[in-house]
Amino acid sequence: MDINIQGPKILFTIPVLGGIEISETVVCQWIFMVIIIAVALWLVRDMKRKSISGKQAAAEIIVNMLNKLVLDTMGKTGLKYAPYIGTLFIMSFMGSISGIFGFRPYTANIAVTAAFALVTFVMTQYMSIKSSGLKGWVKSYMEPTPLLLPLNIISNLATPVSIAFRHFGNIFAGTVVTALVYGALASLSAVVLQWIPNAFINSIPFLQVGIPAVLSLYFDWFGAFMQAYIICMLTMVFVADACAVEDAQNVA
Amino acid sequence: MERAIVLAASAIGAGIALIAGLGPGIGQGFAAGKACEAVGRQPEAMSQIRSTMLFGCALAESTGIYALVIAAVLVFANPLVGLL
Repeated sequence: MDINIQGPKILFTIPVLGGIEISETVVCQWIFMVIIIAVALWLVRDMKRKSISGKQAAAEIIVNMLNKLVLDTMGKTGLKYAPYIGTLFIMSFMGSISGIFGFRPYTANIAVTAAFALVTFVMTQYMSIKSSGLKGWVKSYMEPTPLLLPLNIISNLATPVSIAFRHFGNIFAGTVVTALVYGALASLSAVVLQWIPNAFINSIPFLQVGIPAVLSLYFDWFGAFMQAYIICMLTMVFVADACAVEDAQNVA
Repeated sequence: MERAIVLAASAIGAGIALIAGLGPGIGQGFAAGKACEAVGRQPEAMSQIRSTMLFGCALAESTGIYALVIAAVLVFANPLVGLL
């Protein structure tokens, strides 16, 4: 029984700046970027106002659902972030689910989820500066007393770390558990078949057919959807939180 | 010999790290139980309760995920072996 759990493979190296290594993750992302962009362009082609086609209806349903979700979570001011949230959702979901097409899920790489989290972090800090001014932003780190400055900085930095680790950990755990179950099923079928005196038949891992589908249902479908939903929810909540000062001032 | 000790200790450490799975388990069970109560009291708010519960569960999960990351680092990318 050999179980092989490893990081993304380096596929090729671009010979500039001392060699930039292009890993499986990046190539997978390119493939899915092309697919997502192609589908998006196909969905919005020749849109009409009346007697709409089926694909336009599908596109409208998706956009309406997204807008409703963003409106419910962030309020009216947050509606301009809906395109980013939708992109984040689709990118994360496709990344986690790419395991069922035989790719290594690119969200099982900490660099990808860290990039998602970093965008969220920059957005929250930018919104915080924009809504309360540079002075107010610095002051928000000094609350309730300047003594707590280091703790405030740590808690602000912990947010993107926890977002990145949560998404990465869930998808990575899925790949590890799936690999372990495949290994266990292979050795179990070897045990079941050992009464047949034929080395080739003994090596057929027949138990690997069908049984891992249950795991795939949970880790690939449910897990991928949940993690995409959660990373979008967290992004929306944190950004809305950073904008909240602005709203409060508008009301007052 | 030193290498064997470090490897064994790392394996034990990875196992111990996953005891942290207790916390999220209890927390998520608590959240799910409360959500059941809430649905029993107000069945019409079910979809809202469900999304709130899932969100809370995801947040409660993060300590477990930290433990998992540490265990994975100890097993797959052990930094301690390099110190020998």
